[in-house]
Amino acid sequence: MFNKILVANRGEIAVRIIRACRDLGIKTVAICSEADRQGLPPVIADELVCLPGFKPADTYLNMEKILQAARETGSQAIHPGYGYLAENEEFAVGCSESGIVFIGPDPMNIHLAGNKLKAKERAVQAGVPVIPGSGRGITSLEDAAVIAADIGYPVMIKASAGGGGRGMRVCSDRGVLREEFPIARAEAGSAFGDPTLYIEKYLHNPRHIEIQILGDRFGKVIHLGERECSVQRRYQKLLEESPSPALDDDLRERIGQAALKVARSINYFNAGTVEFMLDGNKNFYFMEINPRLQVEHPVTEAVTGVDIVREQIRLSLGEPLEYDFSSLPGRGWAIECRINAEDPERWFLPSPGVIECYRPPGGYGIRLDTHIYQGYQVPPYYDSLLAKLISCGPDRKSAINIMLRALGEFTIEPVKTTIPLHKKILSDDLFVEGAFDTGFVKKFLPDEDED
Amino acid sequence: MAKRVEIKAPIAGVFYRNPSPEDPPYVKVDDLVKKKQVLCLLETMKVFQKIKSPTDGKIVEIIAQNEDPVADSAVLLILETE
Repeated sequence: MFNKILVANRGEIAVRIIRACRDLGIKTVAICSEADRQGLPPVIADELVCLPGFKPADTYLNMEKILQAARETGSQAIHPGYGYLAENEEFAVGCSESGIVFIGPDPMNIHLAGNKLKAKERAVQAGVPVIPGSGRGITSLEDAAVIAADIGYPVMIKASAGGGGRGMRVCSDRGVLREEFPIARAEAGSAFGDPTLYIEKYLHNPRHIEIQILGDRFGKVIHLGERECSVQRRYQKLLEESPSPALDDDLRERIGQAALKVARSINYFNAGTVEFMLDGNKNFYFMEINPRLQVEHPVTEAVTGVDIVREQIRLSLGEPLEYDFSSLPGRGWAIECRINAEDPERWFLPSPGVIECYRPPGGYGIRLDTHIYQGYQVPPYYDSLLAKLISCGPDRKSAINIMLRALGEFTIEPVKTTIPLHKKILSDDLFVEGAFDTGFVKKFLPDEDED
Repeated sequence: MAKRVEIKAPIAGVFYRNPSPEDPPYVKVDDLVKKKQVLCLLETMKVFQKIKSPTDGKIVEIIAQNEDPVADSAVLLILETE
C-alpha cells in the first residue's frame, strides 16, 4: 500500500480523493493555489503545499511545481482527479520519471485515448461505429473553414485534449465558425493547457450514454454499466443517472461490449469511461474515451457498490480485478445533480461570492460530495461546480423522489445555483417518463443569449 | 459634447484584451468602436464572456491590466461618445 498520496486537484474531487485515501489508511498531501487557501482540501489533508499564484497554469497545471511538491513531501503517488493534469501524457511520464506512481491510465493509454482523434481511429479498427469528422487536429481558422465545408455544416468544434464541454462550439455556418474558433481555442488552452481543436459533424439532440470501465495490470478489462448523461446544457452535464432509461438489456449488453472492444484494443489500464452518442433510432456511435475518473462516477458507485477511487488506487498497486459487471448485484437506481455556482435564469452566468447560508441535505439514500461550507468564498478563477448531490433508491421513481426531497432541503445563499433548475427537471413529466435527449434542458431556460 | 462611458465587469473574473495570447488585442486606446463590437473578454469560472460596446465611440482609456483579476463592477475601460 502507498504511505502517502499527493492530490493534484482542488474542489469537491480533491475532497473525494482525500476521503478514499483516508479510508485506506493512506496519508494525503493537498495542493492549493493562493486563492484556494480557505478551501476544504487544505483543511482535511494531512499536509498542504500552497503554490504561488491563482491562475491554473501557475498552480493546478504546473507540472514542475506539483512534481517538486510530491518529491519534497515524500509522496509515492499522485492522484490527478479530473480536468487539469488528469489527461496529460507528459505529466504521467513526468511522474514515472520521478519515481512517482500516476494513479490513472498508462501514458500510452492517455496518448491514444486522451487524443480523441487517435481513439476514433482505434474504434474504427475495432469495428465500433463513429461520427464523421476532421480526423486530425486543427490549429488555424483557414484550415477549420476548409474542413468544415468538406464535412458540411452544421459542425461541432471540440478540444482535442478536452472534456466537460470546454472549448466546444456548434457552428451553423462559416461566419459562426470565424467568430467562435479563436474563443474555443482560448477556452481549450485555459482549461486543458492545449488549444488544439478538431471538427466533426453535429448530430442534433442525441442521447449521451457512457460506459464506466476498469482495467487491471493482467489485461483484464471490465465495465460497470452505463451512465445516462443526456441532461446537459452547453455540452456540460447537469444531471446523470445509472442505469439509463433508454437502454434495455440487449442494447446495454451491446454498448458495454463495444466499450470493452475499444478499451481492450488500446490495452486500457485503470479507470476510464467510453462515451457514446445514441440517436433516435437507437444507433450508437463511439465518441471518445475519457482516460480519467469522471465527475459523475458516484452514480456508478451507488448502483454497483464499487468504490471507483479505491479501485484506482488498488489497480495502481498492481492488484487484480476479481469481479465483473454480471457478478455485482444491482442496487437500484442512482441520480446525480451537479450543483453549480451559476444562475440558470440568466444563461448560467457564473455566480462567485461568499456563501452566507449553507444548509446541506442528508437522510436515507443521499450522498453529498462537496468542498463548500458556510462562509466559504467561491473564487472566480476555477470551475463552478460546488457540490454533487447523489440519490439512490430501489427504482427510478424512488431515486427521483429522494432527490427532490434533498433538493428541497438544500440551501446555498446568496450565490445563485442550479438547485431550482434541478427541481424543475425532476418534476417534469417527460423526465419522469425517461423521454429526453441532449436538447431537453432548453425548455427550462430563458432564450439563449447570443454571447 | 463628448460623454465618457465606463465599461464595467458584470461579475468578478480575469480580464483579457485579446482573443488568445497569439492574437492582437480587440481594441487599443484611440480606436473607434461600433455598438456591439467586442472590446475584451472576461473569464469567470472558466467561462469566457465577450464584453461588447454599449455604443459607438472612441476608446480613451484601458484601465484593467491584461490577464489580471478584476472585481465585480470594476471599471475595465472607458469610451468617449458624441
